[in-house]
Amino acid sequence: MSVLVYVEQVDGKFKKSVFEAVSYAKAIADIQGSSLTAISIGNVGEAELKELGKYGASKVLNVSNDQLKNFINQAYASVIAEAAKKESAAVVVLSNSFSGKGLAPRVAVKLEAGLVDGAVELPKLDGGQFLVKKTAFSGKAFAITELTSAIKVIALNPNAFGVKESAVEAAVEAFSPEIKATDFTAIVKEIVRATNKVSLPDAELVVSAGRGLKGPENWGMIEELANLLGAATACSKPVSDADWRPHSEHVGQTGIAISPNLYIAIGISGAIQHLAGVSSSKVIVVINIDPEAPFFKVADYGIVGDAFVVVPKLIEALKAHKG
Amino acid sequence: MKILVCISNVPDTTTKITFTNDNTQFNTSGVSFIVNPYDEIALSRAIELCAGGKGTVTVINVGESVTEPTIRKALAIGADDAVRINAEPRDAYFTAYQIAEYAKTTDYDMILCGRESIDYNGSQVAAMVGEFLDIPSISIIKKLDYDGTTATIEREIEGGKEVVSVSGKFIASCAEGTAVATIPNMRGIMSARSKPLQVVEAKEIAQISKVQQFDTPPPRGAVKLVPADETEKLIGLLHSEAKVI
Ligand SMILES: Cc1cc2nc3c(=O)[nH]c(=O)nc-3n(C[C@H](O)[C@H](O)[C@H](O)COP(=O)(O)OP(=O)(O)OC[C@H]3O[C@@H](n4cnc5c(N)ncnc54)[C@H](O)[C@@H]3O)c2cc1C
Repeated sequence: MSVLVYVEQVDGKFKKSVFEAVSYAKAIADIQGSSLTAISIGNVGEAELKELGKYGASKVLNVSNDQLKNFINQAYASVIAEAAKKESAAVVVLSNSFSGKGLAPRVAVKLEAGLVDGAVELPKLDGGQFLVKKTAFSGKAFAITELTSAIKVIALNPNAFGVKESAVEAAVEAFSPEIKATDFTAIVKEIVRATNKVSLPDAELVVSAGRGLKGPENWGMIEELANLLGAATACSKPVSDADWRPHSEHVGQTGIAISPNLYIAIGISGAIQHLAGVSSSKVIVVINIDPEAPFFKVADYGIVGDAFVVVPKLIEALKAHKG
Repeated sequence: MKILVCISNVPDTTTKITFTNDNTQFNTSGVSFIVNPYDEIALSRAIELCAGGKGTVTVINVGESVTEPTIRKALAIGADDAVRINAEPRDAYFTAYQIAEYAKTTDYDMILCGRESIDYNGSQVAAMVGEFLDIPSISIIKKLDYDGTTATIEREIEGGKEVVSVSGKFIASCAEGTAVATIPNMRGIMSARSKPLQVVEAKEIAQISKVQQFDTPPPRGAVKLVPADETEKLIGLLHSEAKVI
């Protein structure tokens, strides 16, 4: 028996969310008294693979194959399911990222495994039950879900568990399962990635702005603040609907749900649909001209004031703080 | 061309979420139900692709008879006919299995659904259906073009986008950008009443997951207000008290 964790690489490197998933999987392996194996797909160097040992992976299966250079969920799911069988995995862990969402359900069906997506805590093993807490109703609630299948698949929400070191020596082993040709029906034509931007779904810090900013030409200060903090930028729905900002920045019930350590909301009223996607942020700061704005009710810190005055001052204060 | 669109019946977005029976059941009393907003986007794109006699759109819902008003709403938006698979959609695995089993009995070119349902936020159904049918599944798409045989799809990835091309049957889960949700007009609402709605029985499959209990997030403490001209104080608090910067 073992725990298997899928470690998603981007251009041969692992992101923080991967180390978080490994840390989480290691904690499950500890609870179950089993060992942790990581499965990496694509071209990742030995040194980077060895890094996974720092977070508790004692074995790393390395699938390095030109056909699998690009992410194709169908083929990747086959590889992960084969790895799970080879390792007799009782639990398979993935990050609940964009690619994780396309992968985990396919892996679960292949393994006839129950799946919990959006997990926010370690599983509880209560009297034979296997219970996992996950977000539900777009962050308005949690659902404690029991999995009763022999194998369990868990997709962990970014920033839910944190990175925890637990150093072991990782043994890297080449793995080359057979994959059927029909798994490559979908063809990746193009990948466009803005490398200079912090990606929103797994960002630790997020600066978000709403209709209070009046127009897209006023986002310069939002981006400056985000850059200074090393934060991702986000927006409310009307802002992306009006094409002031791209849809990929829209957070809330019908946008992406995020749970960063810090969420700064500027000129956003705090409608229930907006709060649904951001209320699990650890610390919320609200800047709004209207002291009655509903967002203040769920904020930790607030400034009542005009964003066009407050934000430039905040930028100055931050520059001074950074020295 | 024939497009199947999966729709989920979910609580209206303004719903205050509460639970009953010792927090084991979602309290539906006083809650109004809607077509899952993401499914509306998928449906709207399907209708656009089939416009001008290019094809037909069938909506599929796994649900008990209480979901029929939501199905009628989808028909009012412009679907041609509907199928209701008569069962409580107890989890994504069960739901996806029913949709896949139905799809096996009919001819179709593509299946579309929303990126996730706003109740359980699973993002599971599309990829599970894809796996049950052994066809490609493209999750969280924001653009879909189709030339009759090949689909060109833009999919969201961390910090960017990816363009994928698929020939043959596939399933995709749609996010914003794919289409603007269509609002039904009077003619649509009138004609929806007489459009065919077929009810089929569900197939049995072992249950492997179950929600045992719900929980709500702990309330936050009162907000600490900082005067507008003391922004340095806010930075200080975020640094030394909240320890997030
Ligand atoms: C089905 C459905 C789904 C939805 N899903 C989402 C979702 O996922 N995400 C989402 O965000 N919304 C969603 N909404 C929309 C939501 O109901 C609100 O309309 C939206 O969040 C409001 O956006 P806003 O706060 O930017 O704008 P507004 O509500 O217009 O608020 C603007 C705020 O800016 C403040 N302001 C104005 N001028 C200034 C200034 N100079 N300085 C500082 N503050 C200022 C105002 O006091 C006000 O509070 C959804 C709605 C529906 C019906």
